[in-house]
Amino acid sequence: MAEKSKLNLNRVPIPKQAPEVRKRNFNEVALGYTDEKALEEASRCIACKKAGCKGGCPVNVDIPEFIKAIGAGDMPEAVRILKSKNSLPGICGRVCPQETQCEMTCNLAKKGGPIAIGRLERYVADWERAHPEITKQQKGQISFNGKKVAIIGSGPAGLTCAADLAKLGYRVTIFEALHVAGGVLMYGIPEFRLPKMIVQGEVDYVKSLGVEIKLDHVIGKIATVDELLENGFDAVFLAPGAGAPMFLDIPGENLSGIYSANEFLTRTNLMKAYLFPEYDTPIQVGKRVAVFGAGNVAMDASRCALRLGAEEVYIIYRRSKAEMPARLEERENAEEEGVIFKLLTNPSKFLGDGRGRVKAVELHEMELGEPDASGRPRPIKKPGSEFIMEIDTAIPALGTRPNPIIPSTTKGLKLTKWGTVLTDEATGRTSKDRVWCGGDMATGAATVISAMGAGRRAATDIDTWLRNSN
Amino acid sequence: MYKILKREVLVPNTVYLKVEAPEIARKAKPGQFVILRIDEVGERFPLSLTGWDEKGGTLEVLFLIMGRSTMKLSSLGEGDRIMDVVGPLGRPTEIESYGKTMTVCSTFGVGPAITLVKALKKKGNKVVSVTEARDKTYLFWEDRLRSVSDETHVVLGDGSRGKYRQANQFVKEYLESGNKLDRVFIFGRVFTMMECSKATKPFGVKTIVGLTPIMVDGTGMCGCCRVSVGGETKFTCVDGPEFDGHLVDWELLIKRKRAYLREEARAFDLWQPDNLRRLAELSELPRRV
Repeated sequence: MAEKSKLNLNRVPIPKQAPEVRKRNFNEVALGYTDEKALEEASRCIACKKAGCKGGCPVNVDIPEFIKAIGAGDMPEAVRILKSKNSLPGICGRVCPQETQCEMTCNLAKKGGPIAIGRLERYVADWERAHPEITKQQKGQISFNGKKVAIIGSGPAGLTCAADLAKLGYRVTIFEALHVAGGVLMYGIPEFRLPKMIVQGEVDYVKSLGVEIKLDHVIGKIATVDELLENGFDAVFLAPGAGAPMFLDIPGENLSGIYSANEFLTRTNLMKAYLFPEYDTPIQVGKRVAVFGAGNVAMDASRCALRLGAEEVYIIYRRSKAEMPARLEERENAEEEGVIFKLLTNPSKFLGDGRGRVKAVELHEMELGEPDASGRPRPIKKPGSEFIMEIDTAIPALGTRPNPIIPSTTKGLKLTKWGTVLTDEATGRTSKDRVWCGGDMATGAATVISAMGAGRRAATDIDTWLRNSN
Repeated sequence: MYKILKREVLVPNTVYLKVEAPEIARKAKPGQFVILRIDEVGERFPLSLTGWDEKGGTLEVLFLIMGRSTMKLSSLGEGDRIMDVVGPLGRPTEIESYGKTMTVCSTFGVGPAITLVKALKKKGNKVVSVTEARDKTYLFWEDRLRSVSDETHVVLGDGSRGKYRQANQFVKEYLESGNKLDRVFIFGRVFTMMECSKATKPFGVKTIVGLTPIMVDGTGMCGCCRVSVGGETKFTCVDGPEFDGHLVDWELLIKRKRAYLREEARAFDLWQPDNLRRLAELSELPRRV
């Protein structure tokens, strides 16, 4: 058992801004490994023959190989290995839920100290950004294969699919509805978790592969999917993203001061409302903010509210801590910054100030009953437990429904009963000829990396299909 | 970037722009709108389409100067560029052969109304137009409206033309005196839409209003533009912008439109001193409402 004693199970922690400092600024929270720390963490990897980590990665990054390259001090090689499978490593290293993917299936996870794969991935990506000449050398000349693909949406699914197809010689055009590329990476995920400079860098990389990005193009309005297919595109990949926000469906929900998480985050991140009045878009936060829901988006919204100057920010969730869908790390970050969790609590109505603004919310306590269809205990209202909480701002963060614009303007596109596009998971194929779909539009709200995985699978299948259709 | 080809100050607070946007011009239909972002720090805001020229590749908009963004837009000249123009957004107006119709408009609503009147005429409808303005200083495009409508009535708020001061008074008396209407369309100020909807309701005339709440993305993603119609929450950008005026919760709409008045005033006050020179260079100086 000599082998066992050699195992080092101490993950090297990542330096972070102190909670009391970071909760008042929009700078990135996690500061990244230094060279020494990265080497130390990389040296813990035991380079398993049967590497569990790889299977846990939706885009099958050759994880032990790139970590080995870090350990050997060969950073250009680490970049090459990582980028051959993942076009957006600077993003994934920051926002992937590694604890339920590669790090969960890492063989050291069983012993309690999985390799910090996400942090190492981020380290490699950040190294590359500081050494732009390296990728320039690595990029070979790509020759155009005569086929054109249109991609709807420039979020994680769209960018991944575009990069993969461009590398294979396709001429790719991305149509983006907003005025910047990046989708949820730009409008949704806050600066302090994913700096927009990083996203811009990854978008520029995709563009450097020859991908054209047309901004301000709402497909379904300025052109339909059918028109794209008639006008020279051989295939279309739909990746328009999450779409329409859900609300609580309780009285008073349309009072001013009640923002969907999408609106709150869009105003803050995309429109830079935190720089108002230097930037034109305003946002109102006030002193007390209530965020409803407990997913990653709820954590992002609550932490933005703190940074926008709120004194007290509450996460209000009808189940208990164990059922919270947010990543543990994000929950901890929010807690450290002072977000207050009001669990087993649900709202029943909003109360106005008589002039159209929200003033308070009526809440009641919940208790957990038998498991429901989702397998989680069903929350049941505790009778007589109603109470009023005064608030200045409310943010329902309850997920999204598919946006109707593309389904309602595309002929022959079959939908599921949830309104998502009926899609074959393995290939991304839809019911419509020459049309593929991936990301939240196919699955409902999910993670950045699962959208990237879908983009990759669709790119592979589009390539196979277009070759065979010749 | 979208180039401004023509700019005209129509009345002291209303500006007309013709903008180069060939892709949008190809698809535009009556009732639709565009979202603009003027510059890097700009906010996204909607403007109804007043007209478009598919062959020339241009769009036309009319806007009322309310706050920083519209003032900023009014200070751009011919040859200047708008950073982003997105569209055509929203559902087009449903245009059928209704029979006898009426369009009522005020301020920036005059533009979309003229476009709609033309489309209604093409479908064989008879169109009575009513245009409302504060006084004759603020009245514009009466001749254009007259040239496309079967009948045109002007209502001025100072009572200087005819006996009415508000369009809704005209609409009410028009229906009370036995005239039949098959459909009414209203564009412009919320007050005009609300009061005229109230006027047509007792007569059961289907009344369509073009709502203009605050928007951010304009594609159904944020829910900022939600309105209550017949007790149901709707997103104006994708479910509208036109709704049944008898079912709209006007009070809610007005309150939501006013939600950022304080910020708007602050932003405007900060913007103006920095841009006095630019404003002074404009041959015609527009005015804020």
